[in-house]
Amino acid sequence: MLSPSRPRPLSVSAGLTLLVALLLTLPAHAQKQPGYQGPFALTNAQVIVAPGDTLDRGTVVVQGDSIAAVGPDVSVPSDAQAFDLSGQRVYPGFIDSGTHLGLAEIGSLPETQDFNEVGNLTAHMNALAAVNPSTVHVPTTRVHGITSVITEPENGILPGTSALIGLHGYTPEQMHLGDVTLTKLNFPSVGRQGPSDDRSPETIQTEAEKALSKLNELWSEAKRYARIDSAVAEQPEARRQPEFVPAMEGLLPVIRGEQPLMISANAAADISTALDWAEERGVLDQVILSGALEGWRVADEIATADVPVLVGSIMQPPSRESDRYDKAYRTPALLHDAGVTVALRSGKTENVRNLVFHAGFAAAHGLGKTEALRAITTNPARIFGVADQVGTIEAGKRANLFVANGDPLQPATDVQHLFIDGYKLPLENRATKLYDEFLNRNPGLTK
Amino acid sequence: MLSAFPSRFCFALGVLTAALLVATPLQAQDQLRGDAPDDWLIQDATVLTVTDGTIENGDILVRDGDIAQVGRDLSAPSGVETYDASGEYVMPGIVEAHQHMAISNVNEATNPVTAEVGVGDVLTPYDVGIYRALAGGVTTAHVMHGSANPIGGRNETIKLRYGVTNPDRLQMDDAPRTIKFALGENPTGLYGQGRDQVPRTRMGVEQVIRTALTKAQRYTEAKQAYQSGDRARPPAHSERMEVLAGVLRGDILVQTHGYRADEMLMLMDVFEDFGIQDLVFHHANEGFKIAPELAAFGDNGAGATVFSDWWSYKFEVYYSTAYNAAVLTENGVNASINSDIPGEQRDLYLQAAKTQRYGDLSATQALRLITLNPARQLGIADRVGSIEEGKAADLAIFSEHPLSVYTKPQRTYVDGVVRFDHEQDPDDMRLRVDPEGTVALARDGWSRHAAHSCLKGVTQLRATKNGVTLENTGR
Repeated sequence: MLSPSRPRPLSVSAGLTLLVALLLTLPAHAQKQPGYQGPFALTNAQVIVAPGDTLDRGTVVVQGDSIAAVGPDVSVPSDAQAFDLSGQRVYPGFIDSGTHLGLAEIGSLPETQDFNEVGNLTAHMNALAAVNPSTVHVPTTRVHGITSVITEPENGILPGTSALIGLHGYTPEQMHLGDVTLTKLNFPSVGRQGPSDDRSPETIQTEAEKALSKLNELWSEAKRYARIDSAVAEQPEARRQPEFVPAMEGLLPVIRGEQPLMISANAAADISTALDWAEERGVLDQVILSGALEGWRVADEIATADVPVLVGSIMQPPSRESDRYDKAYRTPALLHDAGVTVALRSGKTENVRNLVFHAGFAAAHGLGKTEALRAITTNPARIFGVADQVGTIEAGKRANLFVANGDPLQPATDVQHLFIDGYKLPLENRATKLYDEFLNRNPGLTK
Repeated sequence: MLSAFPSRFCFALGVLTAALLVATPLQAQDQLRGDAPDDWLIQDATVLTVTDGTIENGDILVRDGDIAQVGRDLSAPSGVETYDASGEYVMPGIVEAHQHMAISNVNEATNPVTAEVGVGDVLTPYDVGIYRALAGGVTTAHVMHGSANPIGGRNETIKLRYGVTNPDRLQMDDAPRTIKFALGENPTGLYGQGRDQVPRTRMGVEQVIRTALTKAQRYTEAKQAYQSGDRARPPAHSERMEVLAGVLRGDILVQTHGYRADEMLMLMDVFEDFGIQDLVFHHANEGFKIAPELAAFGDNGAGATVFSDWWSYKFEVYYSTAYNAAVLTENGVNASINSDIPGEQRDLYLQAAKTQRYGDLSATQALRLITLNPARQLGIADRVGSIEEGKAADLAIFSEHPLSVYTKPQRTYVDGVVRFDHEQDPDDMRLRVDPEGTVALARDGWSRHAAHSCLKGVTQLRATKNGVTLENTGR
């Protein structure tokens, strides 16, 4: 069971006074503590420095928002709160490479959902602007060791930008990790959009072609807009500003090669077309492929294009009825075997926590445990350009890490402590609170 | 195309086809396993019986599709094939208490009460989802009417004999009949909000059910009065009333979609008034709040079949906890875990395993959530749900402990017949090719686009797993 947050040791007398005051004035349930920073020393733990690089017995020192030291013989600062973690393991925080976390609260209530803007071209929308730091889903996600996620807009061809967010903070800005912002492109699809999509094959083809020519038109316009914008910037007096088109403005960073282009595509044909499309427009080196349910069918093409892939959700049936039952589970392995850099995405909102089980299934279905861990730590960190900040437990990096009593991909394992940006965060969440209240309900049957 | 062939060729083809059908009736009935053996000796496995502990290096002898013997060092009688399961784990075939696969219609969403219909009439043995369930260790499934109506249609308990083409051969012999009821947002959204019709509220749902049951009582009384000569004519025959009379007699088990604690308490009160004892709540996301009441219902308690961790997809599941199954279990409620949505029926062993994290259930308790407990809820525990002599040889063999995330199904037996074998598992396991189905699916997130099967067939609502959106009411 998930343990309640431990009270901070009372090394500082002011803290003691405060705590005593709190104890006198508050009922028992109100004593839960919000997150707080260290210094902390995690001692005698098995440290998974990075997937495939394990320290059998070591210490991790956390100072401020960072990892100050890690190693077998690290000295513990005298003011650090120390945890003896014999028999436990320290892992770098996990990263989910595609979610709606923070953008939706209740699936059936549109007024609580902020990832679907109106229109096909809304590239000026920023997911970060709508992230609700207080969503009830964040604490339930953290308890599985997940410390950061990509959260994305959805609707239309160019729905806006996705953001990498850390799962602690009181404002979207505090949560924004490494300023990672990705322009999202839902590549027009010649596939069905799900089992309930009953369009005829001809309709699907026609609509996809129409959408693609729409995209091409938009892209040309955006490039022209960018050229004019640059020309004006060079000679502000001589040239007139173009009419302000917000969506075109939104595409400027990606047109200028300053921002990654996250292309969502799942059907094999869509992936091939998207790669060709990106190459023709000179943006292939900015492309990150997302979804890629049928990526295994065109794995060599993806490898040749040298495009990293955010795979998932893999916990779904294969895309075609004629495919082997485990094809979705095997997709990460098949892509990896072809030489593609793979990260995993859950595609979820309230159940991003299940990313760990997605990784477990990917591991079992050919990827192997070490590569599966890379797909939720070092690989996404590299893909998003924040490998200097997160993904491993190394001195100087952000202290995004957690302690587990076993293999964190196994259902029976519990996360014992969790740190984001050096904050030791409570592990309570709605699920645990309801459990604590109702396991032995009082009154029971009779009052 | 055929018209282009000479007519003599067509005639010859027809004769040939007819001859094949006559010569191989069994294969025509079962395209995959027509002559497969149902006698086996499974050897040297870790046998997870779920009722009588774990047997290391255990053997299971299967005769005529039933479990004949469970123990150690059993020997194979002549003619019995052996399977070397050393290093592998055998558990009872998984029993799925709530699914909508293998049927071509889900909701008769034309009236708040439609007890007269049943999904047993629309079974589709060609659904490749049956095979994919087998590839996840599932051997029995309760395929259900949807949740559009407060009183929906009858459900069907099927054995996953993938390969048979006669729908009747999917049906599980002697399984009790069951019927779907539904409470809360689905019926009130469809009828009240969608059609300006009762029920719009949970009050309305209660009265729809009370009214229907009262009419069934009167119907039963009228029939009895006619039979005893106190009434000149029988009541006009009503299939709807016949089915509801079966519910009142206890012949048909009630399986009720419901999420909130208050509506479950409501239905228990209604059923007490009508003397109905058999009740299983489906989904029951707030079951944890009323676990003592569920356990105390009637003579045997009310069951609850829940999701492992789904929540927040609609308002009535916002105050949910993944510890639900554990709270129910620890309070003595017969609880199970189901998957509901076609496509999700493949990893129930993982869903059960989560209860080890959410509430520290033991391995046996966790495994029972997908075997013995759902079998009890469906009234079939005398035949399936555990590895015991005399029960059907429904067995799921895994590479590692089935509660490990790294496990992989190896073989699945239904009635002693191997219906899934990972070593003989070609890509395309369809029994019939749908020419319209050749366009690849390109889901970007299965869950967002998958039709919420509980509301399939309901045109006024755009229904996804994430919930329901009204389309025609201007909202």
